Amino acid sequence: MTAMTVSDDTPAIEVEGLTKVYKALTAVAGISFAIRRGSITGLLGGNGAGKTTTIGMILGLILPTGGIIRVLGHDMAAERHLVLHRINFESPYVALPNRLTVRQNLRVFARLYGVAAARRRIDELAVDLDLADFLDREVGKLSAGQKTRVALAKALINAPEVVLLDEPTASLDPDTGDWIRTRLTAYSRSRAATILLASHNMPEVERLCDDVIMMKAGKIVDRAAPQALIDKYGRTTLEDVFLDVARGTGIAGAMVDPP
Amino acid sequence: MNAPYVSPPPVYAAVSLARIAAMLLRYFYLLRSSWPRLAELIYWPLVQMLMWGFLQTYLNRHSGFLAAAGGSLIGAIMLWDVLIRGQLGLSVSFLEEMWSRNMANLLISPLRPGEFLAALMAMSLVRMFVGLVPVSLLAIWFFGFNLWGLGLGLVAFFANLLLTGWAVGVVVSGVILRNGLGAEGLAWTLMFLLLPLCAVFYPVATLPGFLQVFAWMLPPTYVFEGMRAIMFEHRFRGDLMAEALSINAVFIAAACFAFLRLVDSARRIGSLMAIGEYRPPATTGMVTKSSIETCA
Repeated sequence: MTAMTVSDDTPAIEVEGLTKVYKALTAVAGISFAIRRGSITGLLGGNGAGKTTTIGMILGLILPTGGIIRVLGHDMAAERHLVLHRINFESPYVALPNRLTVRQNLRVFARLYGVAAARRRIDELAVDLDLADFLDREVGKLSAGQKTRVALAKALINAPEVVLLDEPTASLDPDTGDWIRTRLTAYSRSRAATILLASHNMPEVERLCDDVIMMKAGKIVDRAAPQALIDKYGRTTLEDVFLDVARGTGIAGAMVDPP
Repeated sequence: MNAPYVSPPPVYAAVSLARIAAMLLRYFYLLRSSWPRLAELIYWPLVQMLMWGFLQTYLNRHSGFLAAAGGSLIGAIMLWDVLIRGQLGLSVSFLEEMWSRNMANLLISPLRPGEFLAALMAMSLVRMFVGLVPVSLLAIWFFGFNLWGLGLGLVAFFANLLLTGWAVGVVVSGVILRNGLGAEGLAWTLMFLLLPLCAVFYPVATLPGFLQVFAWMLPPTYVFEGMRAIMFEHRFRGDLMAEALSINAVFIAAACFAFLRLVDSARRIGSLMAIGEYRPPATTGMVTKSSIETCA
């Protein structure tokens, strides 16, 4: 592995006063955070906490009601198209065309992202993500685990500096999930790439993330490294911390004004 | 992982032919992988051509007037097919992204909305020719009607009909993007609203006066009148084609504007994050491709 040098000190992702209101519902309530380059950050929270909406707004799929989003120093409201080829996204709720083979799908996305040596990049991903055996098989004929690997290959096709992941290992067996986590860590470390992932899987977040942002009802209720959160809440696992925050028990219940 | 491949510094391009070509490649792969999709392109134009061709043959035997205007019904149905194939070709390619839940992948890629629309229009052209060329050749063989015999006029007819088809297709795609697959029925039915108004099978003078006003606002009306001018009067009405082109320019501009506004609206209400989720067409009870694919 060759570590890349991070020369730019601006955060990979910077969010200020980000708000999303749907009629009477406030999905995200004026959150602010910055994510340093090369880090892996987990976005934790129960259903309806605002994680997916936050990721959707960073990607530009959802228009914020208020606030500012900067990715790699670019204002996403005005300069989104200047940065799209440097970021990518993966979610089990988004799919690749079933009738195309894995190689065809990757070829199309390589061209969309302007990857200069597409064949070489696809070959490299085939090795890294163990796709070689089914590279010429239709995506629709793959198992869930294989599809996730292919979706990850698509998310890494342009060697992105920022990767956003929405529950990347949802519905995968523990072995495949662990395999994916290993690859994600390797990718981030080898390229100093920034990863922001929304997840419900606490062991996953505990193992993968340098930093955790905890959300509840559209607000950030805490933020720290996984072990620091565990220590702060006096618990043994991040899952216990999550339950305290979600239910307002333990010291989470005593917090009047969350940080 | 291996030693990383380091891509060259990314270059931003406001409009990229490479990205349009990437989308065309995607649709080419899809057509190549699915013979039912290819067969579907030819099947319906063929059925229409045969049905109207036999009707024309019957009328020719009983009406000296229609015999003199030989082929007007087949000509009308084939040009109508250009119009509807223009719209469906665009809409179906768009729907392929919705059915496969691939839209979010495209919308977060560097693909610009204008490039996406350009690719959809180009695919519509390809799909139309795949269907029309063999059927028009069969029409010569079966009924002695040579669509290509319309000459240069045919180019003007095709251009105007395609532009109208694309304008409708672009708006329908925007509505589906905004409202989800529940609005898919529009892609299959909206164009038929134009059928009685565009004077496809009869002169526009047949319509009541107030409907004629609406008819002349629609570019296809000029095309079908132009076709009858060639067949009945043996002259090409360039003036009609120029008027149709002017209205089409307005239609296309308005459609692209509406599409962009609908995309913005979809981003505002958050519907792009839920794309591809199956919503049954409860209002119509129609069996659509999405419901079939969901069941499959």
